[in-house]
Amino acid sequence: MSALTARQTAATDAPARHPGINLGHAHREGEESREEMVFGFWVFMMSDMILFGLLFATYVTMLGGTAGGPGPKELFDMRGAFFETMLLLVSSFTFGMASLALKYRDDRRALVGWLLITLLLGLGFVAHELYDFHKMFEAGGVPSRSGFLSAFFSLVPLHGLHVSVACVWLIALLGQLAVHGLDAQTKNGLIRLAILWHFLDIVWIGIFSLVYLGGLA
Amino acid sequence: MNDSTHWLLGRLDASALPFWDALQHPTTKSVVNAVIASGAASLVIIGALVVVFGLTWLRRWGWLWREWLTSPDHKKIGIMFIALALVMLARAVIEAVFMRLQQALGLDGGFLTADHFGQLFTTHGTIMVFFMAMPFLTGIINYVMPLQIGTRDLSFPVMNQISLGLTAAGAALVMISLVLAPFSTGGWTGYPSFTERAANPGAGVDYWIWAVTLSTLSSTLSGINFAVTIYKRRAPGMRWMRLPLFTWTALCTAILMVFAMPPLTVATALLALDRYLDFHLFTADLGGNMMNYINLFWAFGHPEVYILILPAFGIFSEVFSTFAGKTLYGYTALVIATLAIAVLSFTVWLHHFFTMGQSAHINAIFGIATMLIGIPTGVKIYDWMLTLFRGRIRLSVPMIYASGFIMLFVLGGLTGIVLAVPSVDYQVHNTLFLVAHFHNMLIPGLLFGMLAGTNFWFPKAFGFRLEERWGRRAAYAWIVGFMLAFFPLYALGVLGMPRRTVAFFTPAYLPWTLTAMVGAVIILLAMTCLLVQLWVSVRDRHLNAVPIGDPWDGRSLEWAVSSPPPEYNFPVIPEIHGRDAFMLEKERGKAYQVPDEYPDIVLPANSAMGVIVAVTGTAIAFGLTWYQWWLVLLAAGITLAAVITRGFCRDTTRTLPGEEVRRTHLNWLAQVRATVPIDRSQEQSCANRGLPLPPVEGAIQ
Amino acid sequence: MIQVPGCRPPWWRLPRLPAWSVLPLLAGCGDAHLSFLDPQGPIAAAQRQHFWWVIVITLTVVLPVLVLTPLILWRYRYGGHARYRPHWAFSKLADLAIWGIPLVVVAVLGSLTWRSTLALDPYRPLPSDQPPLEVEVVGFDWKWLFIYPEQGIATLDELVIPAGRPISLRLTSASVMQGFFVPALGSQIDVMNRMVTRLHLEADAPGVFPGRNMQYSGREFYRQRFVTRALSADDFAAFTTRAHAQGRAFTPEVLDRLMAQNTHAALARALGGHTEDSHADDGATGDTSGVSDEHTVPATLGALDRAPLHFTRLPSDLFAAIVAHRAPDWDHAIAPRPANPPLSADATPGATP
Repeated sequence: MSALTARQTAATDAPARHPGINLGHAHREGEESREEMVFGFWVFMMSDMILFGLLFATYVTMLGGTAGGPGPKELFDMRGAFFETMLLLVSSFTFGMASLALKYRDDRRALVGWLLITLLLGLGFVAHELYDFHKMFEAGGVPSRSGFLSAFFSLVPLHGLHVSVACVWLIALLGQLAVHGLDAQTKNGLIRLAILWHFLDIVWIGIFSLVYLGGLA
Repeated sequence: MNDSTHWLLGRLDASALPFWDALQHPTTKSVVNAVIASGAASLVIIGALVVVFGLTWLRRWGWLWREWLTSPDHKKIGIMFIALALVMLARAVIEAVFMRLQQALGLDGGFLTADHFGQLFTTHGTIMVFFMAMPFLTGIINYVMPLQIGTRDLSFPVMNQISLGLTAAGAALVMISLVLAPFSTGGWTGYPSFTERAANPGAGVDYWIWAVTLSTLSSTLSGINFAVTIYKRRAPGMRWMRLPLFTWTALCTAILMVFAMPPLTVATALLALDRYLDFHLFTADLGGNMMNYINLFWAFGHPEVYILILPAFGIFSEVFSTFAGKTLYGYTALVIATLAIAVLSFTVWLHHFFTMGQSAHINAIFGIATMLIGIPTGVKIYDWMLTLFRGRIRLSVPMIYASGFIMLFVLGGLTGIVLAVPSVDYQVHNTLFLVAHFHNMLIPGLLFGMLAGTNFWFPKAFGFRLEERWGRRAAYAWIVGFMLAFFPLYALGVLGMPRRTVAFFTPAYLPWTLTAMVGAVIILLAMTCLLVQLWVSVRDRHLNAVPIGDPWDGRSLEWAVSSPPPEYNFPVIPEIHGRDAFMLEKERGKAYQVPDEYPDIVLPANSAMGVIVAVTGTAIAFGLTWYQWWLVLLAAGITLAAVITRGFCRDTTRTLPGEEVRRTHLNWLAQVRATVPIDRSQEQSCANRGLPLPPVEGAIQ
Repeated sequence: MIQVPGCRPPWWRLPRLPAWSVLPLLAGCGDAHLSFLDPQGPIAAAQRQHFWWVIVITLTVVLPVLVLTPLILWRYRYGGHARYRPHWAFSKLADLAIWGIPLVVVAVLGSLTWRSTLALDPYRPLPSDQPPLEVEVVGFDWKWLFIYPEQGIATLDELVIPAGRPISLRLTSASVMQGFFVPALGSQIDVMNRMVTRLHLEADAPGVFPGRNMQYSGREFYRQRFVTRALSADDFAAFTTRAHAQGRAFTPEVLDRLMAQNTHAALARALGGHTEDSHADDGATGDTSGVSDEHTVPATLGALDRAPLHFTRLPSDLFAAIVAHRAPDWDHAIAPRPANPPLSADATPGATP
């Protein structure tokens, strides 16, 4: 089936079976299990969202607990945070392009290209975040200094950890692509990773607004 | 300890042995406690050795590996969950008996040291909630729910294995803590700042943190698995309002697991950060706030109560309608009530700490919110009574548990309302009144439900009925033992006796603690009866066999298949035409039909993921507890490698040819035709091969 | 009369029911005053009433279950002759009743809860023509220190109060979370490190009431008890004078010992050589230093009859310093006050963070 007809059928008679990009009729094999898996992953995301929500709440209640130590104004580097935000937002865009390539293009080159760019951006984000933490540590912003810093370092690095895991997963999926080609299982993996990737983007926007912008307000 | 072994053993040294303290400071009390602790430790070691040698002797390792440990079959995983729960139940009941004995002798002393007692109440609570109740209900949902909705397995069979592996790892950790002591003394709630490093630097709290964390991760995954299965895998025609009530409660419990487990994961993880990396989230110093922990804990803890109790409500619903031979009264109301309880459970967590000094308005609002839960719960109770009304009630074992439940549970509800009034709670909070109340909810509410469910579905799982006489003895002993053990605690609570106290100085408490001790002994007898029941049943398994699979004239789909069911559950996925699907088939004379064709069946292939996670999970948690970092890194590396490798796996299914399915099914149907159906008066006799007489409207079977 | 603070006599007040106050089986407490069912102050008395009212109201929905379930089980037993309707599964009337009655009961209970909770708010000062006695309470591992800022004295594990006069407590913990509780007088309240909670109590008449920590706090938690001694106004004045005269100076050493994990007996031994400290061991019996001979501790309180420890010359900011985790100002002791302080308004509204 050519790319064009695939697009047509997908647009006309394939109802969305789960939120997010549905691969549609061109990818009929494994459709049933994909629907179930993606739904399950959404439920997992809800659970993860509760995790982040509670850490956000903890952070907010701990804002006053600086115990005489450095606070947001002394520690946060807005330029760094903004740069990280850009890296992550662009990576979400590139992952979106990868998803489109997965759905509409038969050749794998575009898909792999977009995924590699996404991976680089993700790794760049993690590296820059580590560098930011390093700078905070040098300025005396260590988690053992105060309740506020403890709350910061239990929220923000958890997001970083998620991004790192997502990067590892992406590498593993690239490996699967190399070994098994673009089969149903690899597609399932890519679709779920895309959900995680965009989810982490949203969480980061929360962190950027609430922690960084809120800290300077 | 020298440096060369330090990297290997971390902070683990000889002082972790349960008799070390007595060797160092031999007093009468410390020797007595060392004997008890060492006895428990030897039981763990001997038990493990017996299992290992037994399996080797019988050459059963391969069988165990292929048929059980690596099986993705939801039925086998469910049975393993329940077996784990029963082992842990035995340990926690024995601990409870020791605590009752201590308090019976506890006027001015007793025989246990305060630390030993502290470990007993902590492990008892932790085990009962996380390693008895949770695996028990997870096991029963695992076994029954896919059969009830007409599917072949859960949505994610390998994740199901991983859930079991994580719970098993947590349970293993609690067991190991008997040998390499101590466990935490901070109670199952683990409130800081008592559990912070400053007050409790030892390994005990870390054992508790990691055991609980493993359990919460397991339950989160189980919740996702159950919810997705019920959403996506119902047989054609199984609409929402046709779901059996047990499946409804399983769904609500699953949703609660998905949303209520993360708060506990967060609480224990943050406490671990405080203890390991010198964070200050819950410390008194440097801006920490322990009240955050208490809120997080109960944001989990209260929904948890309903996670525990809803599946039992579901079991009771099935039991009442089956053994009354009657349609469930008020199905819609029961569904609405279940949903209402699930939603309301998130709105009442503050009633666990009315005494923490918040404003009276907040307390009053949460008190009233708590009472609101009484409305749907009350409706359920009355619905069950109306189900019995105009029925034909067979007082068999599950029904005895259910009747005991309904009457004892309302008493627990009554004391729950007492506790929900903040002005009264100021008097009974943290007393034994509270302890009596939650045991009054959880023993009749949860445990009786699980035991009723076990008696109810055992013939389905193993193909023979559990012996009735010993079952009755166990049930009555549980009911009487519970009343004697816990009603005195209400009186003690009103008399101001605090919970978690190793000894007391008020002679007025003594008659009550002695009575409670008698109750504990009767509960121990009940446990023994359960063991005997199992033994006798296995001995007489051929007499009590029910191969046709419907020993109780059941109503839902699980009774439509043979006992035990084939690994694929249904030779052909059934079409559902209404509520009480199987009863409907029987009424229309459509049961036991030969399908037109037998398509091939695709089943998940065996996988070692569950075992790997169980082993590495135990290793990670153990390494973290004793600061053996090499072990943590090694086990974490293996886990990661296993997960990634699993992603590369493509042979994750196997196909069963339709021809083989056809042969098995036709054989069974031939057996059905050859079996004499029985009416309900013969239910407990060997004439019951699992085939009931077809129903006739209004007639008594 | 029940003096629920600032409330008109509540409509739900029961007539006096002495038979209820001590259930036959709960008898034998004698003069120990263990429970709020034997209330010795207005708060506990109100709580006893709420307790019974809640039970009575809730029984209206519980009793039918207890009575009807066995009846139904019997009447509709297998082999019986009652009507069998296997498909009967709904009745509008029944549904109305099973939703309606619990709803009404919860509405009644809810209104009772709202009123009783606001009325018995532990932060709410008790109405009285006398100013409340201010007491600051510090929970240590495993003992209680009671500071009387107006009197300039402190006691260990003995809360001495004037009967018939409200007590205004400010509480904190120098250790882990604890729960302060005198059942015969009223509510319990959690005490937490770096935080201050409030509690108001009052004793109707002179007497001795046990009190204790309710929140598990470690090895000697079960020993962390204290005695509340309500005295007449004159006896209380005499007590403060005596404590001033005979109490030991509150030195940095005393505070260090208090901060250490120990019991009352061990602490008394460690401080040593105290005039009042001749029976320091837990379980020792005998004269309790004659603070008030009429109200020696009843034998039912067991090992509580130990010698009290009294302190004087306290740093004026002792309580605040413990809350804030800083050293108190040792140079400024609280000046001794006259035995009967002039009337003053309630000085400390609200909680301190």
